[in-house]
Amino acid sequence: MKIHEYQAKELLEKYGLPTPKSVVTSDPVKVKNSMSELGTAVVIKAQVHVGGRGKAGGVKIAKTPDEAFKAAQEILGMNIKGITVKKVLVAEAVDIKQELYIGITVDRSSKKIVFMASRAGGVDIEEVAANTPEKIEKIYIDPALGFKGYQARQLAFSLFDDSKLIKSSISIFTKLYNVFIDNDCSIAEINPLVITNNNELVAIDSKINFDDNALLKHPGFEELRDMDEEDADELHAKASGLSFIKLDGDIGCIVNGAGLAMATLDTIKLFNGNPANFLDVGGSSNPEKIIDAFNLILKDKKIKVVLINIFGGITRCDDIANGLLIAKDRINIPVPIIIRLTGTNSEEAHKILKAENISVYTNMDEAIKKAVAVSHEGEISQ
Amino acid sequence: MSILIDNNTKLIVQGITGRDGSFHTKAMLEYGTNVVAGVTPGKGGQSVHGIKVFNTVKDAVKETEANCSIIYVPLLFAADAIYEAIDAGIKLIICIAEGIPVLDMVEVTRYAEINNVRLIGGNCPGIISPGKCKVGIMPGKIHKQGSIGVVSRSGTLTYEVVQSITSAGYGQSTVLGIGGDAISGTGFIDILELFESDPETEAVAIIGEIGGDAEEQAGLFVKNKMTKPVFGFIAGKSAPPGKRMGHAGAIISSGKGTAESKITAWEEAGIKVLDRPDVFGEEISKYFKYNK
Repeated sequence: MKIHEYQAKELLEKYGLPTPKSVVTSDPVKVKNSMSELGTAVVIKAQVHVGGRGKAGGVKIAKTPDEAFKAAQEILGMNIKGITVKKVLVAEAVDIKQELYIGITVDRSSKKIVFMASRAGGVDIEEVAANTPEKIEKIYIDPALGFKGYQARQLAFSLFDDSKLIKSSISIFTKLYNVFIDNDCSIAEINPLVITNNNELVAIDSKINFDDNALLKHPGFEELRDMDEEDADELHAKASGLSFIKLDGDIGCIVNGAGLAMATLDTIKLFNGNPANFLDVGGSSNPEKIIDAFNLILKDKKIKVVLINIFGGITRCDDIANGLLIAKDRINIPVPIIIRLTGTNSEEAHKILKAENISVYTNMDEAIKKAVAVSHEGEISQ
Repeated sequence: MSILIDNNTKLIVQGITGRDGSFHTKAMLEYGTNVVAGVTPGKGGQSVHGIKVFNTVKDAVKETEANCSIIYVPLLFAADAIYEAIDAGIKLIICIAEGIPVLDMVEVTRYAEINNVRLIGGNCPGIISPGKCKVGIMPGKIHKQGSIGVVSRSGTLTYEVVQSITSAGYGQSTVLGIGGDAISGTGFIDILELFESDPETEAVAIIGEIGGDAEEQAGLFVKNKMTKPVFGFIAGKSAPPGKRMGHAGAIISSGKGTAESKITAWEEAGIKVLDRPDVFGEEISKYFKYNK
C-alpha cells in the first residue's frame, strides 16, 4: 500500500527524524500565507503517488507569497499521469550541500532486510542502482539478530567523511529501521537525505509503502489510503475476494489460481488472442464470487467472449457450475461463454451444465483456441 | 523413493477442527496419508474423522512421534503455528496459508533455518508423493506414481502440468508447490537438489513465474549441478510491469523479474522451456522415446 509524501513525513517525524517545516493544503491562499512561518523560500510539491512528478512540473520553488500562490494554483488540479493533484506539500526550502540516499526493503533471495545507502542521492537513484550498483552500500540484516551498531557505522562511513555527520547519522539509520519494522513497511526510504550548508542532515523527501499482507495488523493504515489513487475496479475486486487487473484485449477471463490465470493469458496470446483482464477467483466455491467476477469483466464493453478456466483443487467444479447458472439467471451476459472445468467434482459439474445445454471443455488448450476463434469471429464477417 | 514425504510420514494437522483443516484431513486420510494427530488449542480430547485432537503440538508429538506438520490455521495465527511446530521438534512443516506478513515470514524462515527445519510455503498447495502420501490440498486423483519430479510456485498451474504428464502416460515421484508469496520457506534450488539425488526421479518439471530472481538462480543450479533432464514453463509473459498478478511474488519491477530474462536463463542452462502448460506430457514422452 502506498501513502503520500506528507503522510510518510508525518510518520518520520513521529520517530524523531529531522524534516523541514511544512504545511499540507489544497488551498492556494493557505500556501501564500504559509510563507510567513516557513521562511523566505518554499518548495511546493504535488501530492500524488506516481513517480516523476518533478519532471511533470509538479514541484516548484517560490520566493515570495505571490509566487507561492501562483505556483500552488498551477499545481493544484494538474493532471500527472492520469491523477489529478488535490493537495500540495509546502515546505521550507533547505540549502543543499549534498544529496544522499538511504532506504530499507526486504531482499527476497536472501530473505533478509537490506539497508541501502548511497552518496549519489536524488532523482536519478534508480539509474545509479542500474548502472553503477557499486555506488550503493548494502547491509543485510539478519532477522534473528536485528540491526547492529557496527552495521549502522558501516553505513555511516560509506556516506560521510565528516566525523560529526558520521556520529549524527547513526540515530537516523536506527530511527528509519524502527519505522520500517514497527509499521511492517515494504519500502522505507529517504531520498534525498541532504547535508545542509550548516552540516545538518535533513530528510527532504521520503517514500513509505506498507506490506499489504500486514494491513490486518495495522487497522489504522486504511485511513491513510487515498481512494483517488486506486483503481476502483481493482479495489472492488479485492473487497469481493478476487484479484483483478484490467488489460486491453477482448477475451474476458475468469480463472482460479494466480499461476493458472497468468498461464491462461499467456496461452491466449500464444494462440493470437487478446486477454481483457487477469482475474483470479481464488480457492473458494462461493457462487457470489462468480457473479462478482462477471459483473466486473462485463463492465468492459470491448469484451467479445468470456473464458472460464477452472482446475478444481480446493475449488469444487460443481459449485462453479451452480454459480454460473445463478449468474446467468441474475445478470445479462451478452457474449458467448467458453467453459473449461476439470479437477475436483468435475463430472458432477459437467452433468449440471449439460442439463442446461451448456457445453464444457476439459482441455485447457482446446477451450482457449475456441475462445480465441470466437473473439475473431466478428472481424471475419466485417 | 520420492522426496520429503513417503510411507514413513507421520502427519499432524494444525487447525484440524477448522473448515479447511477438517475437509482436507478427510481427503488426506482417503489418499492413504498417515495422519496421526490434530492440534487445535482448547479442543484437546476431541476427535476429527477419528483423529485425536491435542491442545499443543508438543503434546501431539510426545504421544504420536509425528515427523511432519501441515498448517491450516487462520492467517494471523499461521506464523505462530509454525514457531510452535519448530519448537516441538517437527522437521518438515507445510504452510498452506496465503499472505502471511512479509516481515513475519523473514523471521520465521530464519528460525526454521537455524533449527534445521524444512518449511514449505506459505501460499502453497503442499506436497504429494503419488501412491504413498499426500500432505496438502491438491486433488489426489490427477496424480500417478512415476518418475517425474514436479516443482512449482503455483497451485492450480501445477495441477495443469501434472494432468498433462499423467495423460501422456507418465507418473510423478513427488509434486510440490514452494509457494507464491514474496518470501517462502524452501526455494527451487533445495528441491532440485533433492530431485537430483532421488533415484526414483528421472526427469524434472519446473514451473516458474515472473518476479524476483528465483528462476534465474534455479537455472544456474541446473546448469552447474544437475544431470537429469529438466522441462520448464514460466507464467506471466503477458503481465504488465508494476502490477501484482495475484501472487505477491509475481510482479515485474524496474525491468527486473521479466519472463524473458527467466526464459533466457533457463534456455542457457539447458532446460527445455515450453510455451504452455498443456504440452509437458507430450514433450516428456518425446524425450523418453528418443533417449531410451
